[in-house]
Amino acid sequence: METRIYKKENSLSFLKILKESLNDVFGARFLARQLAERDIKAQYRQSYLGVIWVFIMPITTAIVWIFLSSSGTVQLSDTGISYPVYVFSGTLIWSIFKEALTMPTASTNGARGLLSKINFPKEALILSGIYKMIFNSVFKIGLLFILMLIYKVNFSLTMLLFPVGLVVLILLGVAVGLILTPFSMLYKDIGKVINLVMSFFMYVTPVVYAVPSNGLMKTFMELNPLTYVIGITRDMLFNGTFTYLNIYILIVILCLPVFMLGLVWYRLSIPVIVERLSA
Amino acid sequence: MENDEVLVKVEGLSKKFCKDLKTSLWYGIKDLISGVKGNKNERVLRPKEFWAVKDVNFELKRGECLGLIGHNGAGKSTLLKILNGLIKPDSGQVTIKGRVGALIELGAGFNPILSGRENIYNNGAILGFSRKEIDDKLEEIIDFAEIREFIDMPVQNYSSGMKVRLGFAVAAQMEPDVLIIDEVLAVGDVGFKIKCYNKISEMTSKCAVIFVSHSMPQIARVCTDCILLNRGVGEYFEGDVGRAIEAYDKSFFKEESTINVISDYFSVEEIFINGNSMLKSNSRIKLSFGKQLLVNSKLRFLNDFKLSKVQFSLVITDKSQRAVAIAENEFDTKLKLIDNVINFNVNIQELNLTSNIYSLTLNVIGRTVNNTRIVLGRVLYFSELEVIGKKQESYAPVILNSKWG
Repeated sequence: METRIYKKENSLSFLKILKESLNDVFGARFLARQLAERDIKAQYRQSYLGVIWVFIMPITTAIVWIFLSSSGTVQLSDTGISYPVYVFSGTLIWSIFKEALTMPTASTNGARGLLSKINFPKEALILSGIYKMIFNSVFKIGLLFILMLIYKVNFSLTMLLFPVGLVVLILLGVAVGLILTPFSMLYKDIGKVINLVMSFFMYVTPVVYAVPSNGLMKTFMELNPLTYVIGITRDMLFNGTFTYLNIYILIVILCLPVFMLGLVWYRLSIPVIVERLSA
Repeated sequence: MENDEVLVKVEGLSKKFCKDLKTSLWYGIKDLISGVKGNKNERVLRPKEFWAVKDVNFELKRGECLGLIGHNGAGKSTLLKILNGLIKPDSGQVTIKGRVGALIELGAGFNPILSGRENIYNNGAILGFSRKEIDDKLEEIIDFAEIREFIDMPVQNYSSGMKVRLGFAVAAQMEPDVLIIDEVLAVGDVGFKIKCYNKISEMTSKCAVIFVSHSMPQIARVCTDCILLNRGVGEYFEGDVGRAIEAYDKSFFKEESTINVISDYFSVEEIFINGNSMLKSNSRIKLSFGKQLLVNSKLRFLNDFKLSKVQFSLVITDKSQRAVAIAENEFDTKLKLIDNVINFNVNIQELNLTSNIYSLTLNVIGRTVNNTRIVLGRVLYFSELEVIGKKQESYAPVILNSKWG
């Protein structure tokens, strides 16, 4: 018979907790799917436009930038591909990363009531968040491919790498999100700061325009690690220049350990959060 | 399976909480960081903290049921949360064997937009069932909840009773080794409540149960052991639920006086049972079955007290505070208020109660001049009455005088 011991933690083993965490991720597949299904169904059952809302954000951002660029309001460096496709792919990749980053907090926050009442594998919240993200992304990516056909973008073999790029993107976002979640659960300020920082970061990341060839902006963008993540992910789609591939590979190598660190940290901190929020 | 195996073992369990939100959140951050560093130090109270649970110990075997009683804020929910693994203790240890089921919140994970059927899956998944298990039990759940007609209707259109039914029906499918029950069953109509209790007793017979309730009759009916929590400190009554309930009831009265009078109208000057004063401490009276019980008392009413009539009723309650017998006078003018004092005596010639420990309570009811009934006060549990000489195997406390032909 399974025996559980609850006591003040005084001997920690990273590997042991990681193993427990991964076990729970695996064991909670049904729960995670059920939660994701529940939220998706509930979201669309109470809406007429339904899944169209998924497109509206990236499309409006894209339209704004297409207008800014075509009207000559802003002068942008050459992107190598047709600008609307560049902008749409950029906002799409950016929106997926941002969603991945904020998802752990949003999921955990959404389950506050459950957390203080019922003992269930908390990792299910993260997994169900990932499921929901994948669901939304599939529609966005479908739209992107339609755009690419319309603008006659050349399809290339590197495109096969794009799913891998997305996985890295999501893992990275969720990992950072997991590390931030305990803090943002305790203090509302953290969430607001993240939003602020992200809206600033969008402009020092090649989302709606490419890295300029010189100037202050170039320095800023090159200092920003997201430049490489977003840039290379997009290069996979359009067989781009793959500049700074070595830095990207370094990030990819780091991504998995950071994700595991995030999982362990999240697992350790949930009881503290429950205690502080339901006391 | 072995029947005397210990399923729950709690040793020196303590948990502290903080009274102030901002401080609490800041301690939260500190705890997060010290948690990662593997804090080995013994935890002491920091400013603005208090012990919500302090040094609680008990053991529970399969088939036993532990009642958890105490005032609001005594630490019951905190203890349950630790036992359920939701929060970590600050010191001490909990060891739990087997599957833990919690009837703490019914219908967790319900989404109001979705239908009852879909929500069975949501709720079931959170309670740890697999899809296959839910598929297999779906019909049974719908039948148990008795809402087949509405099963495909959004749950937001359910009445609260229907939601509870559905939630309970899903939870009732658990087959735990350790079952934690909080007062969830306070809703629903009588018919369903009975069904719930039957289901619970079916479940409890196979597992170790921890039961939180404010209803003492329920505690007395279900539990084998009891813990009375008071400001986080637990008093363990092993195998003596009756005494725990008494202590619980007494704990509502601050002074350690031997009689507890709740009244704005009178005070008790004297009260005798069979000639023994009940104002002195240790007021237990022993009486043989069928013997006489004589109560006399002197109550002093407030000076401006004006009532036409007074009625007394002497209530005999059992250990679970259930009234088993009552003796009362008609509204009578014979009991006169003289100089604000009433003297009365009651003579119960044959006390036909089975061997047990009972308590005596006196209720005083008055009628105003325009005949409105008001409760003037109660003298609670002023005496313990131990009846001896009539062991009874069935649980009925009163033996009726009867002739058989």
